[in-house]
Amino acid sequence: MIEQKHTITEIAVTDLLKKTGECHEKGHRLVQIGCTPLGDCYEINYTFTTSWDFESLRITVNDGDKIPSISGIYWGAFIYENEIHDLFGLTVTDINVDFQGHLIETRIPSPFKNAPPVTKVKKGGDA
Amino acid sequence: MGNQIVVPFGPQHPVLPEPIHLDLVLEDERVVEAVPTIGYVHRGLEKLVEKRDYKDYVLIAERICGICSFTHSVTYCNAIERIMGIEVPARAQFIRTIWMEYSRMHSHLLWLGLTADAMGFENLFMNAWRLREEILDDMEATTGGRVIQGSCKVGGIRRDISDDKLGEMVDHLKKIRPLLEESNRIFTHDQTVRHRMRGLGVLSKEDAWDLGAVGPTARGSGCDMDVRSSGYSAYGELGFKPVVFTHGDCLDRCLVRSEEVLAAVDLVERAVAKMPDGPIEEKVKGNPDGEYFAFSEQPRGECMHYIKANGKKNIVRHRVRTPTLTNIPPLVKMLEGIEMADVPVVVLTIDPCIGCAER
Amino acid sequence: MSYITKSPWIIHYDGSSCNGCDIEVLACLTPLYDLERFGIVNTGNPKHADVFLITGGINEQSRAVVKNTYEQMPDPKVVVAIGICAATGGVFRECYNIMGGVDKVIPVDVYVPGCAARPESIIDGVVSALGILEEKRAKMAEKGGKKQ
Repeated sequence: MIEQKHTITEIAVTDLLKKTGECHEKGHRLVQIGCTPLGDCYEINYTFTTSWDFESLRITVNDGDKIPSISGIYWGAFIYENEIHDLFGLTVTDINVDFQGHLIETRIPSPFKNAPPVTKVKKGGDA
Repeated sequence: MGNQIVVPFGPQHPVLPEPIHLDLVLEDERVVEAVPTIGYVHRGLEKLVEKRDYKDYVLIAERICGICSFTHSVTYCNAIERIMGIEVPARAQFIRTIWMEYSRMHSHLLWLGLTADAMGFENLFMNAWRLREEILDDMEATTGGRVIQGSCKVGGIRRDISDDKLGEMVDHLKKIRPLLEESNRIFTHDQTVRHRMRGLGVLSKEDAWDLGAVGPTARGSGCDMDVRSSGYSAYGELGFKPVVFTHGDCLDRCLVRSEEVLAAVDLVERAVAKMPDGPIEEKVKGNPDGEYFAFSEQPRGECMHYIKANGKKNIVRHRVRTPTLTNIPPLVKMLEGIEMADVPVVVLTIDPCIGCAER
Repeated sequence: MSYITKSPWIIHYDGSSCNGCDIEVLACLTPLYDLERFGIVNTGNPKHADVFLITGGINEQSRAVVKNTYEQMPDPKVVVAIGICAATGGVFRECYNIMGGVDKVIPVDVYVPGCAARPESIIDGVVSALGILEEKRAKMAEKGGKKQ
């Protein structure tokens, strides 16, 4: 089995737009933006590629931090950024298509941030 | 210039088996802007990793979507296996590949049928779905399930396919191949199909790349990208070549899929010819610790499963980036400037799988 | 009016299923299983429908849609919950966005088991629903008779 290569670079939030711009100039496409909650902070991966060597830019943010939107550089990024806003309750500024929290409506607002994480069901089901 | 009106499209709409909602801003009959709203099928299953053992979670990963089900479970397993350094036996890799190609065939036939239905070509719809049942018969005979298989596990697969059965499968595929070719001919040559789809919803190669289109949507626009080229599972040994068309319109996206059905038949035949002997699973001990981005080519395009684990039996984060989600921005671009009556066909050509997109 | 069960029309909505059951519902209508031999036609319009097939559990956004579709259907009507998710929430019952089975929102007449439900059992479920539809119709006729 051949493996797809993946390089992860940790960068500061302030460098995000600059680095993303560089990726765009190199002709990379945006693969995904994904957020991982790590207790007290969040890790956001921006993945780019031209072929099967993937590159990820990783920023670490805390609650209440403002994340600049990269949708000015990659138009399609709005879908991921709205998702991050809706599920994790993080603020992304200047998204080109801002759904104001209505892309994914959930029963609990920003479920990946707020408890309870999972509904408890007794062993053997509730029947 | 006419007045602008907003027409809601969906979520409950006759051509859509699944709920997606679009607000179409129309100027007379022409779409000026389309604003998608998703979330009707959002379940929040990524959060279930906190509750389930990473081995049991394979079954939930499979239920992200009932059409790409097997590919989801393989991608999830690939990620876990990479983190844990498990070498999956060759036979398991080959059988996984065969099942993935069967999933692709049934998914593409399903889609070809639905598109025909959206065009009002009822006969073609029924024909495509009749052929799909033939594919599902073998799927069911080997895995036990029609759409949800539950045959993949961390470290290998649950069931082996006997060599006799493999031979039967190839024979069966040989029998239905002419039927598939005939149904493809309708898509390439039929006047009604061409009239309805040629030149409609054009996505240029540059736009497809820039907006992050994947799968048949990108390959219909001339982007040569197919994760199978990177050779995961057994694809590296099967001489895989992606199917690429260049017009970027609805018809080419459709032709990519109809050609891929035949390519999948070839891949299965080659995989059976090269099938190695040996065990079908590797014993799995311990818990994963680390992170990995696993990529695979689903029927709908490139799919990514990201896993971060910390050595406990519950992994920390499972993120799925499905092809439909990333195909939504290209869809919005395609919808701009087309007629209202063509919206269903264009929406269908990205093969929207909302169950995937919203998880 | 007495022949409602001879040609019932169905409407299908995906609550929040994984697609598995949806696809099987559609498969029922295609040549191999062919629900149409019972006179059953799939319609997209709730006002034309007698049987409401629903797959998947209910989440925040689909709740209103399901309720609305159900209310638009004319009486008598039956609801068939297809698959384990529509019955209880299934493997997703513990997800934060799932409220549970369809019966949390609208009354359900027939539950079809399975994950994904097989076309055979879906057909079985629809055919049992037709029995219930006939009963409901008879009851309605009786009530209507008493009023006069």
